[in-house]
Amino acid sequence: MAFESKHTDRMYVVMGIVLLVAITFLGRLFYIQVIDESYRLSAENNVLRYETEYPARGLMYDRNGELLVYNEAAYDLMVVPRQATEVDTATICEILGIERDQFTRRMVKAKAYSWRKPSVFEKQISAETYAMLQEKLYRLKGFFVQKRTLRKYPKPIAAHLLGYVGEASQRKLEEDPYYKRGDYVGISGLEKSYEEELRGKKGVKVIMVDVFNRTKGSYKDGKYDTVAVAGKTITCSIDAELQAYGEKLMQNKTGAIVALEPSSGEILALISAPTFDPNLLVGRVRSENYVKLQKDTLKPLFNRALQSEQNPPGSTFKLINALIGQQVGVVNENTTYRCPRGYVSGNFRMGCHDHRSPLNLRESIQHSCNAYYGNVFRNIIDHTGKPWEGFRIWRQHVMSFGLGRKFFTDLPIEYAGIVPSNEFYDKHYGKNRWKSLTIISLAIGQGELGTTPIQLANMTAAIANRGYYYPPHLVKAIDGELISNRFTERQNTTIDKKYFDPVIDGMAMVFQQGGTGYRSRHDSIVMCGKTGTAQNPHGEDHSIFVCFAPKDDPKIALAVFVENAGGGSQYGAPIASLMVEKYLTDTIQRPHLEKPILEANLIDPKLKVVH
Amino acid sequence: MREQRSIFDGIDWVLVILFLLLVFMGWLNIYAAVFNEEHQSIFDTTQRYGKQLIFIGFSVFVALVILLIDGKFYSTFSVPIYIANMLLLIVVLLTAKEVAGARSWIDIGPLKLQPAEFAKSATALALASFLGDINTRMKDLQTKVIAGIILGIPAALILLQNDTGSMLVFGAFALVLYREGLSGNILLLGLAFAVLFIFSLLFTPLTMLIILGSIGLIAFFFQRKKTWKLGLGIGGILVVLMGFVYSVDYLFNNVLEPHQQVRINVLLGKEDDPKGAGYNVNQSKIAIGSGGFTGKGFLKGTQTKYDFVPEQTTDFIFCTVGEEWGFLGTFVVIALFTALILRILYISERQRSAFTRIYGYCVASIFLFHFMINIGMTIGLMPVIGIPLPFFSYGGSSLLGFTILLFIFIKLDGYRLQQLR
Repeated sequence: MAFESKHTDRMYVVMGIVLLVAITFLGRLFYIQVIDESYRLSAENNVLRYETEYPARGLMYDRNGELLVYNEAAYDLMVVPRQATEVDTATICEILGIERDQFTRRMVKAKAYSWRKPSVFEKQISAETYAMLQEKLYRLKGFFVQKRTLRKYPKPIAAHLLGYVGEASQRKLEEDPYYKRGDYVGISGLEKSYEEELRGKKGVKVIMVDVFNRTKGSYKDGKYDTVAVAGKTITCSIDAELQAYGEKLMQNKTGAIVALEPSSGEILALISAPTFDPNLLVGRVRSENYVKLQKDTLKPLFNRALQSEQNPPGSTFKLINALIGQQVGVVNENTTYRCPRGYVSGNFRMGCHDHRSPLNLRESIQHSCNAYYGNVFRNIIDHTGKPWEGFRIWRQHVMSFGLGRKFFTDLPIEYAGIVPSNEFYDKHYGKNRWKSLTIISLAIGQGELGTTPIQLANMTAAIANRGYYYPPHLVKAIDGELISNRFTERQNTTIDKKYFDPVIDGMAMVFQQGGTGYRSRHDSIVMCGKTGTAQNPHGEDHSIFVCFAPKDDPKIALAVFVENAGGGSQYGAPIASLMVEKYLTDTIQRPHLEKPILEANLIDPKLKVVH
Repeated sequence: MREQRSIFDGIDWVLVILFLLLVFMGWLNIYAAVFNEEHQSIFDTTQRYGKQLIFIGFSVFVALVILLIDGKFYSTFSVPIYIANMLLLIVVLLTAKEVAGARSWIDIGPLKLQPAEFAKSATALALASFLGDINTRMKDLQTKVIAGIILGIPAALILLQNDTGSMLVFGAFALVLYREGLSGNILLLGLAFAVLFIFSLLFTPLTMLIILGSIGLIAFFFQRKKTWKLGLGIGGILVVLMGFVYSVDYLFNNVLEPHQQVRINVLLGKEDDPKGAGYNVNQSKIAIGSGGFTGKGFLKGTQTKYDFVPEQTTDFIFCTVGEEWGFLGTFVVIALFTALILRILYISERQRSAFTRIYGYCVASIFLFHFMINIGMTIGLMPVIGIPLPFFSYGGSSLLGFTILLFIFIKLDGYRLQQLR
């Protein structure tokens, strides 16, 4: 077809389309640029100012509707360097009480960020300064005041779990375009986990401003404004009173308490000691206080309830071995073992304390007998004839209690803890070159195990429920709507329900005559508990106690972990018992038990550095 | 046979000058859009205008290379070039990470390439090679099918990348097919369905039934012979059309994503939402409208600098033109684009080689589509479809892609005198 092309006249159709488009565009542009005045700003120097309207951050309540976090108004003085050309420097310095070179430095910093976008010139100015500024603002071209909100905590509790807010970091700014420089964002705790719900939605007000920095009114009657939407209200699962009481019991101690509601997995109290007043990390004093807390040798910023994973569960772990032993059929409720003040095998000896012998399963828990669990554990590992196989089965049962892994709920931070694997021992001793006796410390919860306090509390809840748990979580409802199935999926353990009864009986006997928690008993509440001691190679052992109550209809399950406090019965048991009493009866009627705890100071004076 | 003395021999200087003007004006506006008193050096490569300057330099270099290569190369290797490009698109699909919802970027060291921008040139070459063949006749069904496949493969691959805007560009090739003899009725039919499509979105299916039914009845009564056959025929057409209306309704409600639905609704005026989906367009219109007749002056724009018009340097670069240069500026830009496209069409028609003519029509159609959609979007005449304004929008891949597209044509045209003589 080369030489003469048919359809040449179609060129005109195509060219016609091109011209039609061009003419349409020109017509439209002429209309919006020349004829329609509404897009034009009245005078050349008028500027549109985009003022961000910050929404109020969501409030937080405890499970009983008690306010935990609210907002307070604060004002930031902002500057737009491009507009701040003829500034009355003296006036500003006088009002803010700053030096001239300070002023220059701040302007340089603002310019470095942007000439056209507002920067914060002075953060959180007081109400009086705000009033003074308001009068003089017409002389301060390029400056304006932006309303912000600050967090306030009516009760100085739960700092770790509530968390704090701070300015968005450079990284955050790059990650999420929602945030602009100077915006606040949740940095830890629930403030971080629920940032998207709490932050609400920023609004923008388009305002016309004249040469004298005077507001000339809303642009186009607010047609382009967007309204700020307040953040959502969060109802925590926490019981504020229980939380406060737990913090009081833990004063002058280091450690953690985690209390759960077994029927839902809701966290009733999450205490990490030492704690601090959350109001310290708000506003202008925040960075100064933060540095102080960071330098504190007792590490108050460290959330021991969720992060302390290096410590073994100690004898509380015997509960798990008792359950697994029954499940794999190597022991039943009537099985008895003798205890010659320790577990002996050949030349090996694992000591025990003085108690009557022989013992059955229930009594082994009541007296926390090491010999009993040496036998049970070895039988579990060896019941198939191949230790590595037996160990794998054992490990699976252990992990079904939520140990050695994370829950992935709304906990702001969590550590997985340690449950050793076959590979771990293979690496240490050679492939399958280890026996039940090699790893016998696991029988009594020592050795290569690591559990966080929240994992221990959850383990206790699973026992209280006779075989299942709901992953621990901190929030009950958002904006009044219950968080439905997100965290409420029932997790079953691999142990049959019937095997729990003798173990739970044993736990109740802990509080009876001869039991390790007898001193901490309560006359009308039937509590079930177990003491534990985490061996600490660095100093005095850590005291552990897990507990739930009432026995037949568990309302609370908890784990208490007190660092450097010795055995579980001395500090762990009374603290747990008092927490249960507080939660179930709302009063404390055992001052004899409470007083020594409140007065005890377990903090090594050598460690405490006074600022 | 004439010896080729210089690589500039026989090239169309009008096109080259139009190209240089557009690139220069584009860069000026990118500079204005990101201008910051702190970074004044135009070579500052931390800023977009500095980077764009590098892209421009590289594009000019590539343009020179294209002129240097023998003109026969492009027709001879059109098919391998096409296949290589399609493979590249597949590689993108397999390897690309998601950026802003689309998976269309490929990382080569520190560089990022968007192969879709080059697929346009490759497809144009392949289409020209196929249709330009002496044995190809537009009338044949086979021709239509093969042309459809050549266009369909890149379109489908790009759609899979979730880059709807670039995919739609391939619709522009309809104009090329029309020029090469595809029946105008098919285009009109397409247009009619497009109108029906828009009406289906505007009205409920029931309303559409009443409208179409009334038209059918009127058509029936205006016929002189009112036979049963005629009635059945009109009824049949009505059924087909209503089938279309229902499928559009279904597609819109069940296939499109919510944000796409909102965009279309805003454009059709069904939703007035200056704060939500209409936000970009409204900010864009404020910026352009506030420019007035003469504009606020270079670097004096206020609206476009607050980052309130999103994609300020890329898809919405025309806002800066409108705000700083006013109607005069927008007039000049539209005039330049119109001149460019008309010039390409005019030159295409003077070709002896069908290959060059068809390629030229492809180039013109692609420019026309980008020009129409991009500027139409900034002034609220078109839906917000993210495609760049050729030579103006910030971005290395698009600038290079358009330069290659245009300069292959300039080379082919310059080569014309040596061909067939």
